[in-house]
Amino acid sequence: MAVLDQNLNQAALTQLARREHYTFFGLTLPYLVLVGAMIIIPIGWLFFLSFVGRDGSFSFENYERMINSKAYIRIFLTTFKISILTTFFCALLGYPLAYFMSQISRKWANICMIGVLIPFWTSLLVRTYAWLVLLQKKGLVNSVAVDLGLISEPIKFVHNTSGTLIGMVHIMLPFLILPLYANMRAIDPHCVKAASSLGATPTRAFWTVFFPLSIPGLLAGLLIVFVLCLGFYVTPAVLGGGKVIMAAMKISSNIELYFSWGAASALGVVLLVVTMLILFIASKLVSLDQFGQRS
Amino acid sequence: MGFLDKNVSDTQIKLRNRLWLYFLSAIILFLLIVPSLVVIPMSFSSSQYLEFPPKEWSFRWYENYFFSWKVENGFNDWMAATRTSLLVAVLTIFVATPIGTLAAYGLTNSTSRLRAALFPIMISPMMVPIILVAIGLFYFYVQFKMVNSILGLVLGHSLVAMPLVLIIVMSALKNYDMNQEKVARSLGASRPRAFVEITLPQIKFSLISASLISFLTSFDEIIISLFVSGGDNSTITRSMFLALRDQIDPTIAAISTILIIISSGLLIISQLLSSKSK
Repeated sequence: MAVLDQNLNQAALTQLARREHYTFFGLTLPYLVLVGAMIIIPIGWLFFLSFVGRDGSFSFENYERMINSKAYIRIFLTTFKISILTTFFCALLGYPLAYFMSQISRKWANICMIGVLIPFWTSLLVRTYAWLVLLQKKGLVNSVAVDLGLISEPIKFVHNTSGTLIGMVHIMLPFLILPLYANMRAIDPHCVKAASSLGATPTRAFWTVFFPLSIPGLLAGLLIVFVLCLGFYVTPAVLGGGKVIMAAMKISSNIELYFSWGAASALGVVLLVVTMLILFIASKLVSLDQFGQRS
Repeated sequence: MGFLDKNVSDTQIKLRNRLWLYFLSAIILFLLIVPSLVVIPMSFSSSQYLEFPPKEWSFRWYENYFFSWKVENGFNDWMAATRTSLLVAVLTIFVATPIGTLAAYGLTNSTSRLRAALFPIMISPMMVPIILVAIGLFYFYVQFKMVNSILGLVLGHSLVAMPLVLIIVMSALKNYDMNQEKVARSLGASRPRAFVEITLPQIKFSLISASLISFLTSFDEIIISLFVSGGDNSTITRSMFLALRDQIDPTIAAISTILIIISSGLLIISQLLSSKSK
């Protein structure tokens, strides 16, 4: 009798657990339905459209055009060039600041953090507009540089590559600093102390101990910035003044101006695949690093 | 000048030898914060052109913004666009926060295998380049006649805000002991009641900050708005972007100043909330 009860009890518990399981899955359903209907299906549809030719049959012509057309090659080159340069300058400016913040007390670091977060929270359009104002021919940067005698004539900074780069570095910098700073804070200060007590000069202790330990954070920041740059639209469109054409802008103009869904979709698929590939590599690197820290 | 000989690092670097890092960091922080602020004096300029510093001061661009419904002030109805943006942003809070919170609760309690499978799909709106999300949505909305509708905008913005809500609420639930709900239920409360009365009050600060983020995400969103809104339901960011790309209207400086005040206010609130929830 007792055994039977126990079995009944066990069965009831299993059933309850299964029902709970479905309940929890059910709670995620509204979210999954929205993502499925509004991301996965539309993008699947774009994927399909990219293989539809002008006459409506299956073809690779959208992809062939991309490989054969000089205009597309130039767009790919511009996109990669701007993304790589932006990422490089972000690292150049972001690393020293993140390092500085990791070296001072938490209280002061939090104050500096507000400085990093303010631009992060300020609308992208506001920051892009601000650079448009600053970099104009009669803008503040030019007038100060002329007054100081650094340049004899105002330089055209906007509506070209340099303006686009300046604006994008400013917008992307917080994305590099946040993961890098978090990583640097987590580095055990005793490691550096040990190196210096064993006779390393401060410079050597930094390069042989601190810098290698900060690479995971740096890499995470670099990859985030690079991926965001690849799909960037607003800042190059405004500060580039139509002269700097990146992939996202071409996708948009293909649809807005030419109603050419096939061409836009094919370019979109390439952008998506490159982005996903980089994020996939990033996820491997980050998990490898966590594994390393645990062991 | 004894303070220059103070040690400032674990490797016994003296402040004197590290001043360069302090200066460099100060310059970088300056470059991060100050450029955006240039729009504030610009917005009080009386000139049509982007000269800095302005020669004469006026409120004309604020007038242009606040009284844009008077046709003579230009063809951009900024007030209507602001109303659309505010309405969409508030509605986005009410779509993204509950859906994201429910999903975070479900995901936190479900098996780790399901979690590992679903999480990447759920944060996909953050991973996919936003331009693709936008043209995908545009295509989708054309089929359902949802282009230029408030509903379309709210759903599009919610899609981008939901992953942020999910991440915020999941990290709050990670620090929360789910056994408290078990206790409530063993005392006779139903699961929804246990959630509302026991869990919800303890994660409320995270929910408020998730709502703030949802609001700001929607209010600042440009690309989706550019594709799926228009006509009477144009958002403020869409109007600003088009005005910036085509001609430079100094009214944008006035709007930018107002936006800086709003976002700084929200940043301060969220910082206060996060210090409170710790």
